[in-house]
Amino acid sequence: MTAITRDAEELARRRFLERTGWARARRAVREFIGRRPLGAAGAALILLMIFSAAFAEVIAPYDPTENRFSDLLLPPSAEHLFGTDAFGRDVFSRIIYGARTALLVGFTASLVGSTLGLALGVTGAYFGGRVDQLIERSMDILISFPLIVLAIAVVAALGGGEGQVGNVVAAITVPIIPRVARVVRSSALSIVSMPYIESARSVGAGAIRIMARHVAPNVFAPYLVMTTAFLGQAILLEASLSFLGLGVAEPTPAWGLMLRGAGMQFMERAPWLAIAPGLAISAAVFGFNLFGDSLRDALDPRLRTA
Amino acid sequence: MQRYIAGRLLLMVPTLVGVAVLTFMIMRLVPGDIVQLRFMAGGGTVSRALIDAERHRLGLDKPMLEQFTDWMTAAARLDLGTSLWTNRPVIEEIGLRLGLSLELALLATVIAIALALPLGVIAALKQDTWVDYAIRVFSIGGLALPSFWIGILTILLLLTVFRWLPPLTFTPIWEDPVQNLAQLIWPALAVGYRYSAVAMRMTRSSVLEVMREDYVRTARAKGLGERLVVVRHALRNSLLPVVTVISLEFAFLIGGLVVTEQVFNLNGIGKLLVDAVVNRDYTMIQGLVLLLASVFVIINFLVDMLYLVLDPRIRYA
Repeated sequence: MTAITRDAEELARRRFLERTGWARARRAVREFIGRRPLGAAGAALILLMIFSAAFAEVIAPYDPTENRFSDLLLPPSAEHLFGTDAFGRDVFSRIIYGARTALLVGFTASLVGSTLGLALGVTGAYFGGRVDQLIERSMDILISFPLIVLAIAVVAALGGGEGQVGNVVAAITVPIIPRVARVVRSSALSIVSMPYIESARSVGAGAIRIMARHVAPNVFAPYLVMTTAFLGQAILLEASLSFLGLGVAEPTPAWGLMLRGAGMQFMERAPWLAIAPGLAISAAVFGFNLFGDSLRDALDPRLRTA
Repeated sequence: MQRYIAGRLLLMVPTLVGVAVLTFMIMRLVPGDIVQLRFMAGGGTVSRALIDAERHRLGLDKPMLEQFTDWMTAAARLDLGTSLWTNRPVIEEIGLRLGLSLELALLATVIAIALALPLGVIAALKQDTWVDYAIRVFSIGGLALPSFWIGILTILLLLTVFRWLPPLTFTPIWEDPVQNLAQLIWPALAVGYRYSAVAMRMTRSSVLEVMREDYVRTARAKGLGERLVVVRHALRNSLLPVVTVISLEFAFLIGGLVVTEQVFNLNGIGKLLVDAVVNRDYTMIQGLVLLLASVFVIINFLVDMLYLVLDPRIRYA
């Protein structure tokens, strides 16, 4: 094989990689960091959170649920970075493990909620008329409940507490659905009158196929923006519910729960108990908000999610 | 025009009935029986017959549909029934706490507006400078810091630095304004900061949009000072979405301060709701949710009407 053909092959291979593989992704990432430093900072916070949730066993120095009655309410030290709580549990380890709970609840609730909202919004916009009216009115009803009130009502119905993470997720999912459905519907309304929808119908495509293949992909931008926006909200809502004693139950490490338990009771004697979990919640929500904001600017500048 | 208003008013009815049906159904799905819970609270065991008699007295043994129509017809006469837990009228229990919640919501809204309007306008005028970035980070911080955590930190600060705690009992403002504010200003600050964030972001983007309008260019071209252009021409026209956001938030604030009330130990509507959920007090929960939803729907309607007044370009057929 001559040198020339080898060079040509190499060039083609490189071009191919550039078009598809890592190179393109890397360039996109570099561009995002350069253009949107705030968004990149948010992404860094999110990655940090995912990292600590994934490798909690390695990072956390102690078992987050192990009680040590010889080490109650110890102030922060080299041994216990954020001190210990009223059961002698290491606060730093509980914060690290708490990222798991927050991410699990946040991702599931916002993904499921926005996806159901997407489906309802697209369906309403596509069929119009009675179907649309019915969906819109139902969403009106759901939206009339204050967010936290609806979440509390769902928890009340399903029962919160021990091993009930699923119920907490459901409680947070329900208020997200109508808010996403509204935004998606208004974007989808302009899509369904497009000529390509009519042509799809005229070649005999079914309603479900048209909605899934032609309408939904075109409202993906607002969907994605809403999903990230609600990720932070979902984490905040989980913390609020746990704080009220209606969310995740002890001894599961969850940030809101940590604030509820010792954070309030031993505020004066052990202020670190109130500070560390609050910082964790804020950093997480801050990260998702910064990232979501930049994503919105990049994908859909017209969309305003206040 | 009249037809539009009448239509909007009529639409409120099915929404509220839907809310009522939904809450009613959710409450009947709740596991745990109020009568058993209440008797068990005192400790000891109670005979089946006694429980059944009490259920009968409260009307809980009637068919579901009958219970619902009973409740709805009474609610139409503004009678929300009696609390299953305290045996006092629901309206009375709510009334006791409404004053505190309303005042807190008002205070928080005033603080939010006082922060949001000037900061939002400045951020828009200085777009993409460090001033803008600083204000935006401040506002995103407001969205990210849970207001109950800000509350906890406030209490912590007052406690450790000033060795002082806000009073625990609610004094109406007309009796003793100082005592009243000493209690309510802290939660109002914590909540107001959070809610200013949303309004601030809306102000910023709205002013940014308006500053690109032709009439702003015209105002500048005819030689008006920048100050006058901003205050007279830009701000006025950009207020509409801001007003919407603020009013909708106000509706949330009345019942949505559940967590903040818990932190500051305030006996408001939110605490009443959480207690009712914990105690399975059906009538109380139903009454509260219906009330909160009505407030939300009515404020929503008023906002739409306000649009008609504030913006003469909007004309509904």
